[in-house]
Amino acid sequence: MREIIKDKAVVNDEWEVLRLAEGETPEAVNVPAGKIIVPLSVWKAQRDALQSRAEIGVWIASDERPEELKGEVEKFAVIAVDFPKFSDGRGYSIAYNLRTRLGYEGELRAIGDVLRDQMFYMHRVGFNAFATRPDRNIHDALKALSDFSEAYQISVDRKSPLFRRVDRQAVAAK
Amino acid sequence: MYRYDQYDHQIVKERVAQFRDQVRRRIADELTEEEFLPLRLQNGLYMQRHAYMYRIAIPYGLLSSTQLRKLAFIARKYDRGYGHFTTRQNIQFNWINLEDSPDLLEHLASVEMHSIQTSGNDVRNTTADEFCGVAPDELVDPRPYAELVRQWSTFHPEFAYLPRKFKIAFNAAAEDRAATAMHDIGITVVKNEQGELGFRVLVGGGLGRTPILGSVIREFLPWQHLLTYIEAILRVYNQYGRRDNKYKARIKILVKAIGPEEFASKVEAEWADLADGPGTLTEDEVARISAYFAPPPYAALANEDALLQQQRSEQKGFDNWMKRNVKPHKVPGYAAVVLSLKKPGVPPGDATAEQMDFVADLADRYSFGEVRVTHEQNLVLADVRQADLFAVWQEAKSHQVATPNIGLLTDIICCPGGDFCSLANAKSLPIAAAITERFENIDFQHDIGEIELNMSGCINACGHHHIGNIGILGVDKDGSEWYQISLGGAQGNDSAIGKIIGPSFSAQQVPEVIGRLLQTYVANRVDGERFIDTVRRVGVEPFKTHVYATPINIQQNAGEDAYA
Repeated sequence: MREIIKDKAVVNDEWEVLRLAEGETPEAVNVPAGKIIVPLSVWKAQRDALQSRAEIGVWIASDERPEELKGEVEKFAVIAVDFPKFSDGRGYSIAYNLRTRLGYEGELRAIGDVLRDQMFYMHRVGFNAFATRPDRNIHDALKALSDFSEAYQISVDRKSPLFRRVDRQAVAAK
Repeated sequence: MYRYDQYDHQIVKERVAQFRDQVRRRIADELTEEEFLPLRLQNGLYMQRHAYMYRIAIPYGLLSSTQLRKLAFIARKYDRGYGHFTTRQNIQFNWINLEDSPDLLEHLASVEMHSIQTSGNDVRNTTADEFCGVAPDELVDPRPYAELVRQWSTFHPEFAYLPRKFKIAFNAAAEDRAATAMHDIGITVVKNEQGELGFRVLVGGGLGRTPILGSVIREFLPWQHLLTYIEAILRVYNQYGRRDNKYKARIKILVKAIGPEEFASKVEAEWADLADGPGTLTEDEVARISAYFAPPPYAALANEDALLQQQRSEQKGFDNWMKRNVKPHKVPGYAAVVLSLKKPGVPPGDATAEQMDFVADLADRYSFGEVRVTHEQNLVLADVRQADLFAVWQEAKSHQVATPNIGLLTDIICCPGGDFCSLANAKSLPIAAAITERFENIDFQHDIGEIELNMSGCINACGHHHIGNIGILGVDKDGSEWYQISLGGAQGNDSAIGKIIGPSFSAQQVPEVIGRLLQTYVANRVDGERFIDTVRRVGVEPFKTHVYATPINIQQNAGEDAYA
């Protein structure tokens, strides 16, 4: 079974990510039984059938808008955000919006080109699960979550900036 | 100046450890070059033609003498004894080994510096007017705000993989010396009718392939909202900026595509959620940061008009230097001194380790131990007693940093070009050298007066050629190097993008082209008119006509004698 990082631990993962193959359409694709994370387009096309399932997940591509899930985020056991390339930074804002604007509190998972050196920032913007690239050591990747112990600015993980959280006494300037 | 507290130290220390491990993994091939690329860029490390180039952040151009000495140390130990000050008020070293780079970062951390986010598609070093805090035409010192933005943008988790690089500049003076109109965000500190402090916000300026001046999206933003408003701009850009073509990825393209009004309304909608939230600045925090920028202990002095008058009349060289390199100061008896890093035979902006140590020394003895870097690639001692100017001039002269050419023809802004940079289409340094050599005569330069000559070795425009009164751009035509000349660009309050005058020239022809442009100016100028004023009044046409009137014979080097 495949492993992922979730809540700062390496755990077994039971979910399958459904990606549309060439020629498949969101309307017609067969969503297998079990724990499946479907593309946003499939969710929109097959919402009536899918929402009766006990557990369903959805994933958002980097060029899609999380607002499309407004009002229904709590239906999902997992929401994933796809990083087609680790250098595509849109997923960070998607995660931020899911957590702060849409109020999503469940598992938020980074999928796709997910590498160790991006994970600290991903964690800060609200991801709590990471399907790291299978060709890399997942236990090494876990270390990245403790790269930094402090941060200046607000994000999902810290609701208040450093200057409000701690007493930053001005050291006597020379 | 700002000093690190325990939190700044801790964060930078953790970065050193992170980067050291990344370099180790790269060398062990656990990271591919493609994966390593953005990581090294976010730590200032570029791959150049010959070696790695390492770019160090100098926040808003301010350095202590201790920091400058550390740069001299790095130049000696890790480079070839010199460094290159850049148009972003940073410094670059051109001959760095990858293996050494974590040690460099650690050395920098020991003097409260780093190279974080000096390249890559992230928020870069925040820049400001080099005369902050001393300029007579300044509303308030903007550096506390620039420092707040520096901290906010450092390791911002959401904006480290933007579509493209992102540059923010601050100005608070009547004359815009920070080129705010050519930044992704240009911020001017202003007061409203009620006398309250705030910011006018420009977005979407930039040079490069598509030069555009920024558009105002907020006439008055109350100071408390500085960071949340910038966050809103960046979130809009991160989501909507183009990622399909790196040449169309800067925020200016987005602002142009949807229009400044539409962009502004997206930002306002985004900001509505953040306004008055926890990211809002507090008076305490602004006061805490501002305390670091309190004025140094100035002595109560009078202006030294008589003494300076006498010294100037006795020494023509000193008089020239006073005219060009000494700037007014808001405190009586003081002046700001520009140390020129432009002289024949040396690439613009280069300084040797010896010069860095010397300037650090000079700063300790004459200017409260602080130095500033200008975006024109010179150095500034901001707080020199007028009575000391003559001594400073003599000492500076002995270390070749007193060329009296600030704002003149040979005060060229220039990128490293094809000699170093792997992006460049053409060399720029030899052209700058040829121009400097041809027009070296300082009396001639003083006669020509204020002029901005900017040169870039490629369309990325690191040498700001678009906003030079005369701009030179290196282009590649069928594998050989050519130079396109533009006219009428300007920075500051009347910022303008130059117009290309016609077909490009070979390297050898460029000095003569400049000569002909100057001849046209001299023939057309009216009393007291600067070069740019004449260009604006008579238009590009007379210049163009004269430049292309006869073929340029590269053997015939008329020199400045032609103007006698």
